[in-house]
Amino acid sequence: MLLTKKRALALSAILATSALALTGCSGAGGAKQDVTLTLATVSNPQMKDMEELKGEFESANPGIKVNFVQMEEGDLRAAVTADVASGAGQYDIVTVGAYEVPQWGANGWLQDLTPALKADATYDVEDILPPVRDALSVDGKQYAVPFYGESSILMYNKEMLAAAGVTISNNPTWQEVATAAQAVKDQGIADSGICLRGKPGWGDLFAPLTTVVQTFGGSWYDMDWNAQVNSPEFTEAVTFYKDLLANAGQADPVSYSFTECLNLLQEGKTAMWYDASVAASILEDAKTSKVAGKMGYAHAPTYKTAESGWLWSWNLAVPESSKNKEAADKFVLWATSKDYQQLVGKTLGWTRVPPGARISTYEIPEYKEAAAAFAPITLEVMSSVNPSQPGVNPQPWVGIQYVTIPEFQDVGNQVAQLVADAIAGRISVADALNKGQEIAQKAGDAHKK
Amino acid sequence: MTTIVQKPGAQAVPPVGQAEKKKVRLSRSLILPALIFALVLTQIPFLVTIYFSMLNWNQLYPNEVGFNWFANYVTVFTGPDFLSSLGATVLITGSSVVLSLLFGLGFAILLDRKFPGQAIARTLLITPFLIMPAAAALIWKWSMLDANVGMVNFALTTLGLPPVAWNTDLPAVTIIMLLTWQFTPFMMLILLAGLQSQSKDVLEAASVDGSGPIRTFQWITLPHMRQYIEIATLLGSIMLLQVFDPIAIMTKGTGGTKTLSYLLYERAFIGLDVGQAAAFGVVTVFITILVATIALRTLFKVFMNGGDR
Repeated sequence: MLLTKKRALALSAILATSALALTGCSGAGGAKQDVTLTLATVSNPQMKDMEELKGEFESANPGIKVNFVQMEEGDLRAAVTADVASGAGQYDIVTVGAYEVPQWGANGWLQDLTPALKADATYDVEDILPPVRDALSVDGKQYAVPFYGESSILMYNKEMLAAAGVTISNNPTWQEVATAAQAVKDQGIADSGICLRGKPGWGDLFAPLTTVVQTFGGSWYDMDWNAQVNSPEFTEAVTFYKDLLANAGQADPVSYSFTECLNLLQEGKTAMWYDASVAASILEDAKTSKVAGKMGYAHAPTYKTAESGWLWSWNLAVPESSKNKEAADKFVLWATSKDYQQLVGKTLGWTRVPPGARISTYEIPEYKEAAAAFAPITLEVMSSVNPSQPGVNPQPWVGIQYVTIPEFQDVGNQVAQLVADAIAGRISVADALNKGQEIAQKAGDAHKK
Repeated sequence: MTTIVQKPGAQAVPPVGQAEKKKVRLSRSLILPALIFALVLTQIPFLVTIYFSMLNWNQLYPNEVGFNWFANYVTVFTGPDFLSSLGATVLITGSSVVLSLLFGLGFAILLDRKFPGQAIARTLLITPFLIMPAAAALIWKWSMLDANVGMVNFALTTLGLPPVAWNTDLPAVTIIMLLTWQFTPFMMLILLAGLQSQSKDVLEAASVDGSGPIRTFQWITLPHMRQYIEIATLLGSIMLLQVFDPIAIMTKGTGGTKTLSYLLYERAFIGLDVGQAAAFGVVTVFITILVATIALRTLFKVFMNGGDR
């Protein structure tokens, strides 16, 4: 009994080793230049679709495998920053937000994609939405290609506004929006007239609030990197935002960001919402949204500027430290090509086509039909925003709802906390912004020439 | 009482023979690998943190890494963040520890007597401590305190009271409430163990001597419970000093909820300033050690019976 057991063990061990050796041989003898690309990405639905479809790329490009590493936005930012900054070369393709692309490009961390994009005739680089391309380029060199992009729009419940007897034009002013929100709230049609982000964070509260500041004539910095946080225009904008929240906004604003406002609007507890255009596709999904078909969409509300929408894109880039740049370029071009959009539309459904990157997306008949409610306004807004000068005054960086200096996450976050204190009434807006001015100036000083 | 009990340390040490010495040496050398392992595992990261805290290292400026000695500590102690953050930490940790200790003691006393369904009651009472902190924070954020669908505000409006915007208007209270809810079971378990280890004879003798429940509790149970309360406070404080999840999920550090651990996170992952974050970390560790020592040495004299341990 014991002997046979031992013998069986020995036999299986021999079998296992020879099997290992055999597979090792076949691996070495087969495709010699097998490459596995590691792609770090944010765990958003569009990225998951990309992973689902990567097999198509792999079968069209034998010898290249793509390995996805999905992370939450904050983790991704930290992991990718550490990797590209130290030149560790762990990732061959990285997903980078519009905020980082110009900074990392200028630092020499990302490969200049311009030659690769021009070399591929079918890719049609001119088809990429011009404002998005501008935001991803430094001195004419494009360091990343957009996978999908978004702007900010005003979304409103048509039935509620009709019940309150107010209308919203296609290019509303903030005053118009405030009046409408007040009417909804005063007549008790909904608990609140409008939902706006109040959760402290540079990407939460300050995404919409920076666009408000800019259309009110304010800015984070002037052309010489002097902080402008306690300027009269910045103060007026924050006071307006705070008053609008207090008079007609949702209760407990500090708890609210994108997801929370989305829920509130879907549940029919608020009449308007100013946020990312990508929300429209969720609101129009009849399976999950109670307000599908009842929504109207308008440009971002303005005051002193013609447009006030923000501009964001998630982009694919190849770090300079990657050891498989050629294969990585191939994948990046594939995932952002016109053919990829067709592939998503045909296999996963037309509403899942990544929006806001290419003009031609909005010319696909099936997409136009599937996204009729929000596609035209998205294209309209995204083509009309100006990331080089979104506000009244010129600014020394390209970008709308952020400042492309490394310190901005930190500055925006700290000032957002102060503004949240002001929204809660613990300190005055003036005090909050005076403190914010100091924080912003310290960061600005580092960039003075 | 103290005269009867002889301290173990007071006993005469028997003379140690050569064989005994050898035995001691052997047992010590057997422990050594584990000891070295433990030291390496716990102390190396701390030493590395101290090293990091003396670097000028912002991840966004990878080309400017270098020594700046104590500049990070100067920033820590002269900047506006540290003192307010220390205050927030003391307020949140202190109130949560005291409140959960009081509630824990109450529940422990209730659970200390026999009643049908005792096991079920105990399990239910422990549950909050078993929930992952992040999940607990999400439950409170959405189900309990949400201004729109939350149960707490529903209850308040049903009672005719105005709804409360918890995270906006009362952030510190919100966090303390959640932490008290979460750490009461922990305190309760330790205190329950203490109550159950109490000699029934002594309690019986007290009641025979005519002591009512309040006097028995004050003069017999409480002195007996002293060391359990001490250990519960100590462990609770150490755990609560590190609390991060509810602040990150609910208040984002506004309104006096930016504790040292949240500040440290902000410096490291939003400011991406490794050196400064490490300096905050080192300072936090020293404060923890200091508080723990002071708490153990002086604070508990109030519970001491006859100044003896």
